[in-house]
Amino acid sequence: MAAARRGLSFWIDIGLIPLINLAAAFLVSGLIVLLIGENPLRAAWLMIYGAFGYGEAWGYTLFYATNFIFVGLAVALAFHAGLFNIGGEGQAYLGGLGIAIVGTFAGFLPRFLAIPAAIFSAALVGGIWGLVPGWLQARRGSHVVVTTILLNFVAASLMAYLLVNVLIRPGQQSPETIVFPHAFWLPQLWTWLGPFGVDLGRSPLNASILLALLCCILFWLLIWKTKLGYEIRVVGHNRDAAVYAGINVGRIVIIAMILSGALAGLMAVNEVLGAQHRVILGFVAGYGYVGIAVALMGRNHPIGIILAAILFGALYQGGSELAFDMPRVSRDIVVVVQGLVILFAGGLEHLFGPLLQARLMRPQRSQP
Amino acid sequence: MQAAAIELRAISKRFGGNVANDRVDIRIESGTIHGIVGENGAGKSTLMNILYGYLKADSGAMLVDGSEVEISQPRHAIAAGIGMVHQHFMLVEPLTVLENMLLGSEGGVTLKRGMTAARREIARIERDYGLEVDLDAVVGELAVGLQQRVEILKALYRGARTLILDEPTGVLTPQEADHLFSILRNLKMQGRSVILITHKLGEIMRVTDRVSVMRRGQMVAHLETRATSREQLAELMVGRAVLFQVAKGPARPGPEVLRVEALDLKDERGVARLKDLSFSVHAGEIVGVAGVSGNGQSELLEVLGGMRSPTRGSIAIRGKMTCWRSIREQGVAHVPEDRLRNGLVRGMKAYENAILGYHRRRDYGGFFLSIRTILSRTRDWFSRYDIRPHDVFLNATSFSGGNQQKLVMAREIEHGPVLLLIGQPTRGVDVGAIELIHRRIVELRDQGMAVLIVSVELEEIMSLADRILVMADGRISGRMPTAMADERAIGMMMADGDAVAAD
Repeated sequence: MAAARRGLSFWIDIGLIPLINLAAAFLVSGLIVLLIGENPLRAAWLMIYGAFGYGEAWGYTLFYATNFIFVGLAVALAFHAGLFNIGGEGQAYLGGLGIAIVGTFAGFLPRFLAIPAAIFSAALVGGIWGLVPGWLQARRGSHVVVTTILLNFVAASLMAYLLVNVLIRPGQQSPETIVFPHAFWLPQLWTWLGPFGVDLGRSPLNASILLALLCCILFWLLIWKTKLGYEIRVVGHNRDAAVYAGINVGRIVIIAMILSGALAGLMAVNEVLGAQHRVILGFVAGYGYVGIAVALMGRNHPIGIILAAILFGALYQGGSELAFDMPRVSRDIVVVVQGLVILFAGGLEHLFGPLLQARLMRPQRSQP
Repeated sequence: MQAAAIELRAISKRFGGNVANDRVDIRIESGTIHGIVGENGAGKSTLMNILYGYLKADSGAMLVDGSEVEISQPRHAIAAGIGMVHQHFMLVEPLTVLENMLLGSEGGVTLKRGMTAARREIARIERDYGLEVDLDAVVGELAVGLQQRVEILKALYRGARTLILDEPTGVLTPQEADHLFSILRNLKMQGRSVILITHKLGEIMRVTDRVSVMRRGQMVAHLETRATSREQLAELMVGRAVLFQVAKGPARPGPEVLRVEALDLKDERGVARLKDLSFSVHAGEIVGVAGVSGNGQSELLEVLGGMRSPTRGSIAIRGKMTCWRSIREQGVAHVPEDRLRNGLVRGMKAYENAILGYHRRRDYGGFFLSIRTILSRTRDWFSRYDIRPHDVFLNATSFSGGNQQKLVMAREIEHGPVLLLIGQPTRGVDVGAIELIHRRIVELRDQGMAVLIVSVELEEIMSLADRILVMADGRISGRMPTAMADERAIGMMMADGDAVAAD
């Protein structure tokens, strides 16, 4: 029933096209590896093994994937309202500020309060950083693409200032906060799963991934099952119809950007509460931008985003293993491979789509 | 007999099942201003787009100065001496007037030589036709009337002997329109011909020598302007082809449901669209708003439907003063004129579209949508209104135009409004559905609903409405019970506001 209802077109869109895009990206990557004189098949194997070959690899892959789920959901949520939020990077970074404030000034909190407070604060500050471009778009007509990009730079400067001058751990040189008390440390999954014989090595995979999956469910419920999500989608699809339906478009734009910023801000939970236990200068490391590719490739649907996030997690993890095992394939080549995946999955998503739709749909359409 | 500047013979053009032009003949003599009137959608623009090479006619012939030409691209039209001034200007705003003139005929790698030659030539044209524009001004900084002049200048510079103007005064102030008309008369003196597309009858009477009337894709009359009148033109435009027969008893009006007082609306450019409208609609009656399209009816619907705020005036529903934004919550249902653009979200599913505008109601859930209720209601409407295919999970795009219309109608009617606004009830609806819709509207009236219909089809208003308001130029130019109305009088009132605008 579901398959019949959704039709062939849905499955082409959600399954076949991403796979073809991925294959094309790997094909071109293989040519590059060949060019620098390495065996592309061995490189591919090293990469896959490095990402999925053993327990610790899985742990790292899923740890990175957790980051990408948060920022992917952030981009997707704004996208449903017809907004292109490029500011995931800055919003995630500011999410770190939210945690730093709680961790530094409320270190006395007991565990059961510390972690919820830090999570809430990350979402709140990230959300405020999303509110700014949302408000500017809704009330002043400044395009979110422009304002969110610019606010990424503002975020980076602001964080640099705060980490160097305000939040820095007293008596030390490197721009990072104090290590937060243990009450703020999220449990590592290997400590939970180890006793059951699941070996995750010493990977930083932590309870944040559960929060990420919870966000996926909430995202799905919000967008497709609530009135707010309904209004968000109407605004995203057809603003004229939204005005006709009495929807306050500006209000929806602002709400969507707040929620988007909050989701991006939660990425800091994984990095800070789950792994580093302090806020380090530049900890976002470009994950926010990858979120755009994740959302594009995941077709703005939580399931697609989870799959795309795992793919990019694997590229990150497998890529660093590859660079380690094949000295001639430097870290930069790995970045090139990631770039190709983004290019084919995101930028060129319509390269094969129309062709395939035409090929596969024609016989079906011609039947009355 | 001297060959006509332009002659079109038996031009036909279909879009899918719609016949936009049905064997249209027209003859434009040189040295005349020839008006083409007709309602929106009558086929005027299609015809001109064919003449200018944007569209290709399915059949028919085009003659310029007596010899047949093949025009399949605008540059062919330009080569044949035809120029067009669009309703929306085709100018590059950051460039100067001179640079805009040169677009497409730059004449060499560097602009310098072409520029000097062009400057001289354009200065000459400006002198000959009294078309003064500063050639070095930046186009984006010019007033709308001057931008239009640049368009005319551009066409003349490219050697146009026949100039097509598509609704040229829609964006102009009355003073600018006067200027335009004197320019057109100048062109005529110099032996050039002008085709003026408009639905403003006052303009036709003022400047044209001959006028052709189009209705539903056909040319219904060619007249000497001197020998006709506004009333005759209005009648010809609206037509009285098929009289819909709607079986209905006399209305039994109840208490007042809608009261509009001193409503004014100015658009973004400050042009007045609604001027001091006051009227009321009672429960159990159908009020029809007649008028040539573009005289403020669409704007009236948008204000009453809560889509835009009036500049001034008050709206009361059942005696309660209402803010335009919350008007929907007061029980006003609105079937918009452009249902496919405003009334539906094409990328969303049919059942989601079935609650558009009503989704905030409690019976559709609190924070969460109660999808089960929505589904069962939508399925019910699907069978009662015979919407096909019978699958509420399909995206709105998957339905034909007629079925999309029915979905919007069902949604607005079935949510139990006290006042129902319907724009162009039967536009784009097939004959069978027209009957269904008309019968349903009368039924709703008999159940005590107040209904306001805006239609450009005069017959529809005459057969459906209990009372008629006529709008012209943003005002109400006449009101009467249908029983006392005759088409001649209404035609006169439809043209009336135009006279006001033209003076």
